[in-house]
Amino acid sequence: MSAHASTMTLNSRYPVPWQRRILPYVLLAPAILVVLVVVFVPMVEAVITSLYDLILWKPNASRFVGFGNYIKLFADPVFWVALGNTALWIGLTVPLQMGLGLLTALLLNREFPWRGLARALVIIPWALSSVVIALMWRWIYDPNTGVLNDILLNLSIIQSGIPWLADPKTALYAVIATLVWQGFPFFAVMILAGLQGIPRSQYEAASIDGASAWRQFRHITLPGIGPVLATAGLLRVIWVANSMDVIFVMTGGGPGYATYTLPLYAFIRARQNLDFGYGTAIAVTFTVLLGSIVAIYILRTMREVER
Amino acid sequence: MNKPSVLRRILTTDLPVLLIVLLALGPFAWLVLTSLTPSAQIAQSGVSVSPSGWGVDNYVRLLRQTSFVANMGHSLIVALGTVVLGLTVSVTAAYAFSRFRFAGRRLIMLQFLLVNMFPVVLLILPLFILMRRLGLLDTHLSLILANATVAIPFAVWMLTSYVGAIPKSLDEAAMIDGCSRLMALRRVVLPLAMPGIISTGIYIFITAWNEYLYALTLGGRTVRTVTVAIQTLIGEYQIEWGLLAAGGVVGALPATLLFLIVQRRLIGGLTQGAVKG
Repeated sequence: MSAHASTMTLNSRYPVPWQRRILPYVLLAPAILVVLVVVFVPMVEAVITSLYDLILWKPNASRFVGFGNYIKLFADPVFWVALGNTALWIGLTVPLQMGLGLLTALLLNREFPWRGLARALVIIPWALSSVVIALMWRWIYDPNTGVLNDILLNLSIIQSGIPWLADPKTALYAVIATLVWQGFPFFAVMILAGLQGIPRSQYEAASIDGASAWRQFRHITLPGIGPVLATAGLLRVIWVANSMDVIFVMTGGGPGYATYTLPLYAFIRARQNLDFGYGTAIAVTFTVLLGSIVAIYILRTMREVER
Repeated sequence: MNKPSVLRRILTTDLPVLLIVLLALGPFAWLVLTSLTPSAQIAQSGVSVSPSGWGVDNYVRLLRQTSFVANMGHSLIVALGTVVLGLTVSVTAAYAFSRFRFAGRRLIMLQFLLVNMFPVVLLILPLFILMRRLGLLDTHLSLILANATVAIPFAVWMLTSYVGAIPKSLDEAAMIDGCSRLMALRRVVLPLAMPGIISTGIYIFITAWNEYLYALTLGGRTVRTVTVAIQTLIGEYQIEWGLLAAGGVVGALPATLLFLIVQRRLIGGLTQGAVKG
């Protein structure tokens, strides 16, 4: 950088056009270079690997199979189970996070003495690592000594302890509940920022006109935070779809295939069987499916940037 | 409108907020309680809620009998390395985006945004193959590079909005006074953007500290970060919840404290970025 600085000083006052034209690219080069090496090269590699039958511990048996892995994928029942789970996973987690986040934001937007403290405390789950969260909830869900069963038994809501994570019927929902807990503060914070951008005068005018609290919410609050909800929602869909660390630590995909999502299936397939060809084929398929949502988000954001 | 009474405020605001705060903090508080209850007692009578049953048993065991301190060291190296790498390459990039209009600007910005959305699972498998080929498996560098996949795009976007908020006229004035572009960047823009750079750095630190999947896949016996180490605290035959909880609490502490210190500014930056796009 210092070398550049000395050559640039000479011409800086009356920059020669080509230098001025090249400077932004020079400034961008390090970031682009690193991203090329750690993201785009691996991505291309992933697409190529997915066309091979590659088991990592026997690299000599690796052979080109074209779309063989993808064809295999469509006939693989586990793929369809994982796809269904992924849809359920996103479809439940994001709206629940958003609902709880909206409720939290509306409450935190009111006036009360310890508002600053409450706001700081609510966000803490966001700073915890997924591993800690996953293990923590495994402990809470523990069938024998877990506190959740204790509480429910004491309130006599249930008669005997439920093995939350070991029962295929409840496992996915238990993990979803954990993710909702982890993610709702994000929504709360984003929505709160949106709420604070709505001018107070609008509410005053509405209440003078005799609008009920519900009508004020529907006609002032919701339109006011609409853009934030859309942006945060899209971001979260992408994030929740990608996140597999919590499931991986909580259940490892089990019992059976009950908590397999697509990224998790790809990861486990590659990690346990070292079946990298098939694993990356699942990962690529998942990325393509997610791509449409990513495209919507990017179009939205780039429109904003241009303004 | 007449002022609602205090009682009504408590019922409609304070109480619901308290419930939500309890919901948000309860699980972690439970983990802290578990870590304070000696393991033998957890098996017998469960987690102790009263201070009389507390002890630092699990923490002593964590520090004496496990390699947890060394794991914290590895996490620190990886997290700091990611911060340094992420910030150095992103500051100049952010300056370029906010101060120049050049061919391909939109496309390159789009590329950074796109990278941030990439599924970890798509990158983790080829990165493993790549690092294996380069002989980088189980080194700090491999983890730093892997974390950079998230850190750089994020930092570029955050810093672009921070630098964009600094008036252009300031660096133009410096250049009229005889500064070069890069001197203006260093002497005028960098100091003004410092709060933004620091909070971006802290955010990168927190994410890198908390990162798990890359650490699990690309790390190994030599480089084992806290997140991976916590998992290994699970006993061989039965789960040692007390020890595990102590590990969870200690492992979460650095990131949580940092987060609490900067949360106001950090959230300001994050939400601003999101609201503005």
